[in-house]
Amino acid sequence: MNKHQDTPHEIDAHTGHTTTGHEWDGIRELNTPLPRWWLGIFYATIVWSVGYWVVYPAWPLISDATKGVIGYASRLEIAQDLALLQQQRAAQASGLAEASLEQIKADPALFRIAMAQGKAAFGDNCSACHGVGGAGAKGYPNLNDDDWLWGGTLADIHLTLEHGIRVAGNNDTRISQMPAFGKDGMLKPAEIRDVANHVRELAGLSTEPGADLAKGREHYAANCAACHGDAGKGSKELGAPDLTDAISLYGMDLASLTETISNSRAGVMPAWSQRLDATTLKALTVYVHSLGGGQ
Amino acid sequence: MSIHDAEAEAGPLFAATRKVYPQSVSGPYRRTKWIILVLCLGIYYLLPFLRWDRGPNLPNQAILADIGNARFYFFFIELWPQEVYYFTGLLIMAAFVLFLMNAVAGRVWCGYLCPQTVWTDLFLAVERFFEGDRRERIKRDEGPWDADRIWRKSAKHLVWLLIAWWTGGAWVLYFADAPTLVRQLAAFEAPMTAYVFIGTLTFTTYALAGIMREQVCNYMCPWPRIQAALTDSEALNVTYRYDRGDPRVSLRQAERLRRQGDPAGDCIDCRQCVVVCPTGIDIRDGAQLDCIQCGLCIDACDNVMDKIGRPHGLIGFDTEDNVERRIAGEKPVYRPLRLRTLTYAALIVVVGGAMVWQLATRRTVELSVLHERAPLFVRLSDGAIRNAYTIRILNKRPEERPIALSVEGLPGLRIETVGVPATADLRPVVTVEPDTSREVRVLVTLPAEIHPDKSQTITFTASDLFAGEVVTAQDHFIAP
Repeated sequence: MNKHQDTPHEIDAHTGHTTTGHEWDGIRELNTPLPRWWLGIFYATIVWSVGYWVVYPAWPLISDATKGVIGYASRLEIAQDLALLQQQRAAQASGLAEASLEQIKADPALFRIAMAQGKAAFGDNCSACHGVGGAGAKGYPNLNDDDWLWGGTLADIHLTLEHGIRVAGNNDTRISQMPAFGKDGMLKPAEIRDVANHVRELAGLSTEPGADLAKGREHYAANCAACHGDAGKGSKELGAPDLTDAISLYGMDLASLTETISNSRAGVMPAWSQRLDATTLKALTVYVHSLGGGQ
Repeated sequence: MSIHDAEAEAGPLFAATRKVYPQSVSGPYRRTKWIILVLCLGIYYLLPFLRWDRGPNLPNQAILADIGNARFYFFFIELWPQEVYYFTGLLIMAAFVLFLMNAVAGRVWCGYLCPQTVWTDLFLAVERFFEGDRRERIKRDEGPWDADRIWRKSAKHLVWLLIAWWTGGAWVLYFADAPTLVRQLAAFEAPMTAYVFIGTLTFTTYALAGIMREQVCNYMCPWPRIQAALTDSEALNVTYRYDRGDPRVSLRQAERLRRQGDPAGDCIDCRQCVVVCPTGIDIRDGAQLDCIQCGLCIDACDNVMDKIGRPHGLIGFDTEDNVERRIAGEKPVYRPLRLRTLTYAALIVVVGGAMVWQLATRRTVELSVLHERAPLFVRLSDGAIRNAYTIRILNKRPEERPIALSVEGLPGLRIETVGVPATADLRPVVTVEPDTSREVRVLVTLPAEIHPDKSQTITFTASDLFAGEVVTAQDHFIAP
């Protein structure tokens, strides 16, 4: 029985307001006016919006929008914020720029800034290969340990960062070339096997029963010792790894060694001076040096 | 009968709030309220200026919530953010104290100590100063908007706003060095936050104490509801002793009735208790939600009793049980020591004692250790295994302290700290500046000849080389 009917507008006795003229099963609706304060605010917002259209960017046009008279734009605000950030950082950055690597390392305040900045830069640029904490992976050196291909002093790390490793066209880049003894036909597969076993012998690891270690030693002395040294201790000038220690970049198992000797290894790293500013490079150097392996 | 018909007969169900015009009154309860008002507001407005020497490295303001540096100072106590549980303890204490007060003497908090009451009292005094007492105010409000009314109202609102502004102004002084902030505020150089807070508190004080008054207690505050559930018949409450007051008759009639030997109450229905009430209620209706138990009706009634030569105490702080006892012809008794009050007191002692004990024995050096996750461990060229940790050392004292780090849990463990030199006994000594913390990267190395489990618990120890304070923290040493 939900019958709706229109009744004439009447004045309600208690409130003095009219009814809406609608009636549902005897229930009539009061036409109570909006509170004045509410209406006042509503009209004020309308007035405000007109002013807003004039002052701020507001109306979308076909390919653009109205600009507003004070020239506000949220993109400009971001640009200002960025400029402010650079300005704020400049104070710290100038401290890093002027100090030497050793001074940064010795000064607690500079060290803190360098570590913070270095950590951020490492995450952005280095962690893709070396891992978030510099733990590395096969072929990508672990920067936490004390074994360095090209040296682990502050100066060494800085030079490596600046000019990279095997960067074509960079005169100061770290460069060395291990021959691909198998691929280039310098050693026969059986000889490579002997050399590999000799390398394992140098490292104090077990050798294959059938391997001719004496022959391996001969081939090693003729082909490898120039860079890796007679005892396999390597050379930082040549980026030749120490074959005897507990750390290896490509693995010391026979299969890995065979592959290394046959095809050579030549990891590369970008020259970061092309991408990063001098201060960031310094911060990165200090950060990497402080991971635990710095010398 | 439909609602519509009911309204047609009884008028609308909605009753607009009627304005309360409390009349001034004098007496011991009123005096007590004035004294408490002066004390509380004095403490609130002046405390930020109290100084407390903590040495050269710390602020010298007795009470300071230093949000920027995340420190809270309270006289000789300094709290760091992680010690915020002291405030939890204080809140628990405050709740029990409130319960205890309620069990002993009803809503004394509401009537005497609550900021809403104190500021409303102050605002009422201002109102009375400019607009006169109850009758004068009622009369003027009914009259036309003439010049007299306009200037009195304007002056009142102006002074209210000034007090409200000062209230907000004092509040922000607890969050910065008060004299400095006052100078900054005067020179319009203070931080924006200060102005925003002053503005907000000016508005709330003006609105709550000036405009809303008793409505805050009646409609906004949860305490009246909670209190009603906590009170009992043995708690002192502002009580109209109907055993003595009823039947209410006029003075002359009462004399006549007494002469005849008929019962006559002491209440002469003069309504003085009603007109002085700041919440506008009639206490003779019995205990009620709107009663803040300020006792002003007691003062008003006692004054009347003096005039008509009847004894004081027709309205007084009394218990429900006592009214019943008097009706039954027994002697009234009040027992402040009851199971309820003793339990609350015991809880206050327990919580307070735990807090004091905790505060007295807390350490001023703290150590937190976070194991490096990538990599979990590093093998060094000689086969040794090394784990890295981020260690944060907290120095809660106002002087620089040398903290030596050591580690044990596995044979031959070696500890070094990046960028920190080691002492002769191979312990790195980290210098931590006053009242701050320092984070260091710590490397722990296990020689190659030890073959540990995959994960082994090790213990770091931080020792203050001067004061000898020692703290330890445990973590794991991970091996392949």
